[in-house]
Amino acid sequence: MSFYGVELASRLMLGTSQYPSPAILSEAIRASGAEVVTVALRRESGATLAGQGFWSIIRDLGVRALPNTAGCHSVKEAVTTAHMARELFGTPWIKLEVIGEDDTLQPDLFGLVEAARILTGDGFQVFPYMTEDLFVASKLLEAGCEVLMPWGAPIGSGRGLNNPFGLRTLRAHFPDVPLVIDAGIGLPSHAVQAMELGYDAVLLNTAVAKARDPVMMAKAFAQAIEAGRAAWQADPMEPRDMAAPSTPVIGKALLG
Amino acid sequence: MRVTVIGAGVAGLTCALELAERGASVEVIDRGDRLGGDCCSWYAGGMLAPWCERESAEPLVTSLGQEALHYWAAHMPGVTQRGSLVVAQARDGPDLARFARRTERFAWVDGEQIAELEPDLAGRFGRALFFSEEAHLDPRATLKAMADKLAERGVAIRLGTDVSAHPPSGDRILDCRGLAARDQLTDLRGVKGEMLLIRTREVALSRPVRMLHPRIPLYIVPRGDGLFMVGATMIESDERRRITARSMLELLGAAYALHPAFGEAEIVEIGCDARPAFPDNLPRIRRRGRTVYVNGLFRHGFLLAPALARMAADTVLVDAYHPEVMDEDHAQRRNA
Repeated sequence: MSFYGVELASRLMLGTSQYPSPAILSEAIRASGAEVVTVALRRESGATLAGQGFWSIIRDLGVRALPNTAGCHSVKEAVTTAHMARELFGTPWIKLEVIGEDDTLQPDLFGLVEAARILTGDGFQVFPYMTEDLFVASKLLEAGCEVLMPWGAPIGSGRGLNNPFGLRTLRAHFPDVPLVIDAGIGLPSHAVQAMELGYDAVLLNTAVAKARDPVMMAKAFAQAIEAGRAAWQADPMEPRDMAAPSTPVIGKALLG
Repeated sequence: MRVTVIGAGVAGLTCALELAERGASVEVIDRGDRLGGDCCSWYAGGMLAPWCERESAEPLVTSLGQEALHYWAAHMPGVTQRGSLVVAQARDGPDLARFARRTERFAWVDGEQIAELEPDLAGRFGRALFFSEEAHLDPRATLKAMADKLAERGVAIRLGTDVSAHPPSGDRILDCRGLAARDQLTDLRGVKGEMLLIRTREVALSRPVRMLHPRIPLYIVPRGDGLFMVGATMIESDERRRITARSMLELLGAAYALHPAFGEAEIVEIGCDARPAFPDNLPRIRRRGRTVYVNGLFRHGFLLAPALARMAADTVLVDAYHPEVMDEDHAQRRNA
């Protein structure tokens, strides 16, 4: 799997907020095998490198940082935050969030497309946080995005995949674009389901950070993602309405 | 034995008192111009809540923290033991269940019981967790009372004294500088916290109330005389002074959600500092030559200081070894 030409072995990406301590965060990241972690710029560190104690712990893990624009409600805020992130982390990668609605943290899809266009123009490699809307997906690709990140459910809700049909459709429409389920994952079974739908990767935070044992939950997600991916590659059977005997039954009426 | 304690925050003063009580000759130096002038203890909530803290802290915080309940009640005036109450807005109901699963020594209380405990919260919440054994104190009054107690024992606190300009003269040095000790303890980091003091006569609370919030531990502590402390943000940053509008919105929003009358309260003070923390957010005692470091009390200064003072005094006076705070790798122990 590759994002903007960067080859990655792990299909699990983790957020770094809300862990009981940086030590537990580090252990969880190691246990998950994640090679990419997101970092929230606005809320966590402010405008300076004042949070460097925390960042140096993350940096020591040798994982790739994907800074995000969490908490930005306008195109201008998101663009400014992205530029700050590029300076601080020395990466063109940016997970673009433009929040449109506070109760559900739904993305503002109009602002998202506009900000994506501006940022790709400025040389960023944009990972847009979007809904599963097909038309928005095509606009984001037009704007220069090479990875798409549809939500499973609202951020932090832990509800899993709210609209598996829509996500399946998105996958079918864009078979060659890397697609990452971002947000809403609560359980490893949700991650399995995302991978079984053929998604390339899963990005989550709260499900691991807020578990009683984040390290064990990180392992559980790593296993789930491996299982789901293998299932997709193995090309699963189609469900059917009637029982289908796995060995021939001679002399009986065949159903099905 | 002559001991110089550097730092007059809650860790330094508690250590100084413990050493003086055990017969050592003690002096305290601090760079601040007034007591509490340059330490994060000044902005503390003052909750003695070892069981509530278990929600996000390691078991060590709960076990060491229980000492604080006896210690402060026995040593200082003004400790209030009326428990603490944990509530959540209706939409955060699942978080209350989660809080309950991760903590102990509480009772579920219903709307009627909440009204008995805190009459002004009548009708506002259908259920809550009540931790009856917990207590709270006023950190600023307590720091002053400790300074008085030290003075009675002949322990001088030399304020406005920077350790780099005045090398300490004691046989042993007890370094309780908090984040300033980062020059020696390089794995320390700052976790910024912002707080508010507000005043209103329209609401009365008799115990700390926690309001569950998805990101920060939010609480309102009554300080008497209509004064309330609202705290506290948790931001991974060494910044000690910059207070953001977002943080104030979150703190005031919580106060308003707890009771709309807080909307009319007077803002008396907004405060900010950075707590010293090690990567696992657990405290440490480290010995290097004639210096013993006590640090990393994180958001648990008043809760952990008594136990750490006891262990630090053991280390200074009789070279005692306390593995729970002197082992470097807590993680290994946790997984063992």
